[in-house]
Order: sequence, then C-alpha cells, then structure tokens
Amino acid sequence: MTSLTIFYSVLFYIATLVLLGGVAYRIYEYARTPAPLNIPTTPAPTSKGGVAVRMAREVVLFESLFKSNKWIWLFGWLFHVGLALVLLRHLRYFQEPVWFWVEFIQPFGKYASFAMVAGLAGLWARRFLVDRVRYISTPSDHLMLALLIAIGLSGMLMTFVAHTDIVAVKAFMLGLMTFNFHPMPADPVLMAHLFLVAVLMIIFPVSKLLHAPGIFFSPTRNQADDPRETRHIAPWAAALERDRA
Amino acid sequence: MAGPEFEVPALTEYTEVPKIKEGATAHLKSFIAAEASQSYLGYPHQLPADWKERVLDRMGQVLEKYRSVRVFMDACVHCGACTDKCHYFLGTADPNNMPVARQELMRKVYRRYFTLPGKIAPWLVGAEDLTEDTLNKWYNYYHQCSECRRCSVYCPYGIDTAEITMAGREILNHVGIGQKYSSEILVKVQKIGNNLGLPGPALEDTLLGLEEDIEADTGVPVKMPLDVEGAEILLVTPSADFFSEPHVESLIGYAKVFHAAGASWTLSSKASEAGNFGLFNGNYETMRAIAMRIRDAALELGVKRIIVGECGHAWRVAYAFWNTLTGIGYGGDDPFSVELQKRLDPRYPQPMHICEYTWDLIEKGVLKFDKSLNDDRVITFHDSCNVARGSRMGTEPGGQFTIPRNIIRAVANNYQDMAAETIGESTFCCGGGGGLLTDDLIEVRVKGALPRMNAYNNVVQGQSVNFLALICAICKAQFTKVLPYYGFDRNMVGGVHQLVGTAIKLD
Ligand code: HEM
Ligand code: SF4
Ligand code: SF4
Repeated sequence: MTSLTIFYSVLFYIATLVLLGGVAYRIYEYARTPAPLNIPTTPAPTSKGGVAVRMAREVVLFESLFKSNKWIWLFGWLFHVGLALVLLRHLRYFQEPVWFWVEFIQPFGKYASFAMVAGLAGLWARRFLVDRVRYISTPSDHLMLALLIAIGLSGMLMTFVAHTDIVAVKAFMLGLMTFNFHPMPADPVLMAHLFLVAVLMIIFPVSKLLHAPGIFFSPTRNQADDPRETRHIAPWAAALERDRA
Repeated sequence: MAGPEFEVPALTEYTEVPKIKEGATAHLKSFIAAEASQSYLGYPHQLPADWKERVLDRMGQVLEKYRSVRVFMDACVHCGACTDKCHYFLGTADPNNMPVARQELMRKVYRRYFTLPGKIAPWLVGAEDLTEDTLNKWYNYYHQCSECRRCSVYCPYGIDTAEITMAGREILNHVGIGQKYSSEILVKVQKIGNNLGLPGPALEDTLLGLEEDIEADTGVPVKMPLDVEGAEILLVTPSADFFSEPHVESLIGYAKVFHAAGASWTLSSKASEAGNFGLFNGNYETMRAIAMRIRDAALELGVKRIIVGECGHAWRVAYAFWNTLTGIGYGGDDPFSVELQKRLDPRYPQPMHICEYTWDLIEKGVLKFDKSLNDDRVITFHDSCNVARGSRMGTEPGGQFTIPRNIIRAVANNYQDMAAETIGESTFCCGGGGGLLTDDLIEVRVKGALPRMNAYNNVVQGQSVNFLALICAICKAQFTKVLPYYGFDRNMVGGVHQLVGTAIKLD
C-alpha cells in the first residue's frame, strides 16, 4: 500500500467515526435535555401529526425562511437542494450494484452541483454586501462557505473538465467499507476534493452544521400546542413539586 | 410632559430597515435592583468575588435544564434572516438589538467555555472571554428585548431570542445584577398580592366605587364581587385593571358581561394579579411560586372555572404554563393535578380567556348589543406578542387572532385591520413588554414602538382610525405613554372589553 492510500484510508476512518460518533453524541445531548415548558411559536399545530407536517415543511421547503427573507431563502434552498441531490448521486460510489433510483438521478445530481455552488456564492455575497449580515459573520462563517464551495468546484472539475478514474475511486471506497483495500488514485483534484470532504465531516459535530439535527429538537417548532389538554413536566420540575408539595 | 432628551423617530409609510449604528443604545441601562428586593428573591445584590465561576456554573445549569437554550446556542447559522425583525433594532439601529446579535452576546461565552473550537481557536468562531464588560452588555441588551418572540417566527429553526434573554437575566440575577423594576414587582406580587402593591382593603374600596359608578351610569346594579366562596368563576386579571386608565374600562366590561350572562363570579384579593414577571426573568421557581397563588385561591374559594382578563404575558403564562406549574388544566394524573381537576368543571377549557368566554356567549346569543354606541369609534386591533406568538384561544390555531376581532365586529360597526405584515403572528411589540415598562427605559420604549406606530399611523391617516383596541395591560400602559411622543392622543387606546362594555345591553 502506498503512503497516499494509507493516509486517505486513515483519514476517512477517522472522519467517519468523528461524524457519526459526534453527531450521535450531540443528538443524545439534545434528547437528554428536557424542555420544561410548552413553548411552540404559535399559531402552532395542536397534534403530533400536525407537528410532523410543520417540521416537514420547515425541513423541505424552509417555510419560515421563506416568510422571512426571499433572497436568503432562494440561495439557501438552491444550495441545500443541490447538496441533497449531489449527496444522493454520490451513493453510487458506495454500492455495487447501484440502486435503480440512484442511477436515475445521476444527470440531475450532476447539474445540481451548479445550483449548489450558485446558492453558496449568493449566501457568501450577502456576507459582504448586507451590513447586518457582515456584522454577524465570523471567520468560521466565511471559511465554511469557502470549504463547501471548494468541495463543489473540485467535484465539478472532475465531473465536467478533468475526468478522474471513477472506477478506481469506487474501488477505493468500497475497499474501505469491506476492509479489502484498493489504492487511492493519485489525482490531485481528487485528493483535494476528498481531503476537504473529510475536513467537513470532522468539523460537523462541533460547528453550526448542527443546525441539521438541531432543527428537529427545536422546541418552538417540534412541540404541539396542547398545554391545556396535556401536562408537560420536566423531571427536574416534577422533583421540585415533590419537594415542595 | 417634559420634552424628550432623545430624538423621536419620524413616522414613515413603511418601516425602513436602518443601516447599523454601532453602540447607538449602548448607554441605555435600566436601573439596577437594590439589596432589599434582590435578597427577598434570594439573589445577591452586588457582584461577588467569584462571579465568573458563578456565571459559568449557572450557564451550565441552564444548558442542562433547558433544551431551548442548548439547541439555540448550537443551531444558529448566522444566516441573518432575523436581523431586520426586531422592533428595537428597527427603532434604534443598534446592531446588538438584532436578534442574532443579542443571542451572540451569550453564544460568544458559550463557545469559549463550552465548545471545543471555542476553547482551541476562539478568534475563528467568534468566541470571547467572559469579562465584566460582557456582563454589562448582557445587562443592557437583555433589557432591550421585550421577549416578544417575533424573531422566532422568522428564524428557519425557530430560535427564540426570548429564551436567551430570559437565560441571560437569570444568570445576571445570580451574580447580583438584577433589574430594579422587575425585581421590585416580583417582591410586591409575592408579599402583597399584586404588581402594583395595593393591599386588599384598597381593592375592596375601588371595587365598591366602581359598582357605584356603573349603577349611576346605567341604572343597573352590576356587581364586582371579591373573595366570594363558592362562586362558580374566578376572574384573575392584571392589577392595572383595578387602578389604571384605560384598563379599568375593561374591568367594567367584564363585569357587565358576567352580569348579562347571570354568571356567579368573583375576584380574589389573594390572586389580585394575573401578571407573572417570573416569566420575564426566566426563573422557573419564581414563576411557579407566583402562579401557585392562583391555584391556592381557586382551591380556597372552591371555584369551578378560572378566567383570565386582558393581559398578554399573563395569558401566555396561564394558557401555556399554568398546567405545568400548578396543575390548572387537564391531562395530569399525579395527585397534585388531580386534586384540582376534580374541582374544575370539565365542560370548559381551563384556564379560559375572557375573550373566549365573551365570544362564546355572543355566539350563543346570550349577549345583546347596541353597536351604534361605538359609532364614534373607528377601531383597529393590536395583536399583543404573548397572545399572538405564545398562546391560543378557542380550538383552532390562530383563534387568538380571530376571536378578539370577532368580538369587536360584534359590538362595533367600524373596524379596520392594520397592514398584514404588522399583525397576527407578525405583530410588532408595543415596545414596553418583557419587563421594559419602566421610565428609566423610556428611550428604548419610544424607539421600539416605531414599527407599530408607523402601521397605526397608516390606518389613522388612510382609514380615519381613532381607537387602538388591545387585550394587554402592558400594551395599554405603554401606548398611553408613547402615543403622545408620536403626536397621537393618548385616549385613543383601550381594551376590547371597553368596547364590549360600551355597547352591551343590560337589564
Ligand atoms: C435537515 C437538514 C438541513 C436543513 C433543514 C437545513 C436548513 C438550513 C437553513 C434553513 C439554512 C439557512 C439558510 C441558508 O443560509 O441557507 C441553512 C444554512 C446552512 N446549511 Fe443547512 N440544512 C440542513 C442540512 C445541512 C447539511 C447536511 C449541510 C452541510 C454539510 C448544511 C450546510 C449549511 C451551511 C454551511 C449553511 C450556512 C450558509 C451560510 O453561511 O450562509 N446544511 N441550512
Ligand atoms: S424576542 Fe422580540 S424583542 Fe427580543 S430579540 Fe426577538 S424580536 Fe427583538
Ligand atoms: S434567523 Fe435564526 S439561524 Fe438565522 S441568524 Fe437569526 S437566529 Fe441565526
């Protein structure tokens, strides 16, 4: 095995562990922390089913953001839908045989990368152009966008300009998954792309990317408006009651 | 009124988003609480030597106890969608009044001490050391937030800056930095029974006086019963309803409705305050202790129903939290809840808003009105934040918007909504909520009222509106004070039940 292959193999094992372990731990923390009071932003659905619909609309359509700001919505939604399609398209590098629908979305996924990068560019422009957004932007906000754009552009370079050896990449990835190692191709663009992806995976659990799991735990969005019918009480609050009753 | 020492913003057709002006309101600091009230509440009254440890310790506790704070600290992506949604930012241009920046004051500390990147590379992620300057900023800007939740409507993750403000005030109290106004009110309500600090006998006198006034006015002996054991309904209302104008007009309205319905009802001298400033300070135990007065009064008087008068934050606490805090509501199967539930009449929601009660009677045809008695008024309705975004009325989501408007339309002929983007869930705060209704914050209050004043001015100019109807005691007090700064007559403000009381037919 070349040192290149060893480096990328180790990197991807670490990145995967950090991503899965880290996000799992953060989710555990969110789930463990009680929401002592009923605080949905009203008007809110009155049933669990209604809450599921509200959440789906937030996650799929970014409904609140749409109400809020059409530019951020447009860029943000383009970026995320682009990202989702691109990620789904990438599944083919991790499976053999490739599922039918993964095959089917390949062309969409290919061009979704333009939407993704355009959306990111729009979001980034706002960080310079809008004084309010400039004020709240930290270096990490800029770097996060730079990182995602760099991942997108390096990927697009391989898709549309300097094709890389896909068969070899796939063999490398499947090898990592089955512990039957294959060499990592020494294509500089691919090396850059995969390195940046690993960085993204590693910072995910300690960065604002936690908004993805976070939204599902946001009490203002995931609670039903039913406080007159249901008694919400956190364990620590119930303990107060027993002590003082 | 002495002339203001600051520039009152000019009214415009649309509220424009200002360019940021750093430090514009950095000097506006509410008076700090003194020893007496702070120690009654169990807080220190000056910065202890180990304040830093205490702040971080309390912050850690809040993060363990409140999922909202924990998730909101992590989830914000700095997208900026909320930056132009806060009335205090729109009115002052101070960037720290942008909701995300207000959260950021705390998030900087959270990142620095509770997250890995903030510990390793604070400059990268906007993390900052905790200093006395941090606490000063917290104090100033957490008292320039009315906890109105407008930002939470527009944030893609529902991040509610009110939760952060509450956490900030809670932490500050624990290191001896309390706000005089709220701190003293929290003492008065617990010692005397209401926020105004008026004792039982004064209340009794006032009610007798009001009964005489009504009878002189209408010839009908409408009663305002106090502490009547065995009454069916306990009315819990903000104490301003007893002593302030225009609030008292709504109290008269409630009494007339009860009279016309032939209801058996009572007020309580023990629970002579619906307001609960424990909400504003983010302290669960204080909020619970204050809410428990209502439960105790209900049990002592043996009432079957609990109805809440016109007060925004009180209704949020009653509707959304009473069941949790005190068992007033349904669904609890613990002995504490059951004890109360078996006394309450299960045919009705508990607690119930006075508007729900009145509207129900109107729908049933029990109440009769002469709408023409309100004909000198062209009315608009201001949705109060806590009602709009923190509670509900009726069985359908959004009932908190339709029910008060339905009542107004049933008792008056001329009604006109303000612009859609300034009412309903998008409503703009009056500028005085969340513990800001104090003279030492008048500049913040006047400037924060700007978006509402612009929307109001449009219907005054365009539709000849001359009456701003409300269901919140704080909004009423705030508008009576602030309208004149913008050139309006303070008498334009009044409660929905003032309109009901004007038009209702009594016999
Ligand atoms: C449940 C899934 C997700 C939802 C609902 C979601 C939603 C959102 C929303 C509403 C925004 C704000 C608007 C915007 O700036 O685009 C946002 C921002 C962002 N999202 Fe997501 N997202 C999800 C997953 C992800 C994932 C998996 C990533 C990256 C790997 C990601 C990366 C970002 C970034 C970097 C931003 C900030 C953009 C900026 O700096 O302006 N999101 N997300
Ligand atoms: S809760 Fe209201 S006052 Fe506070 S930051 Fe949000 S919009 Fe502004
Ligand atoms: S809208 Fe929400 S996520 Fe966006 S900056 Fe404001 S608080 Fe953060």
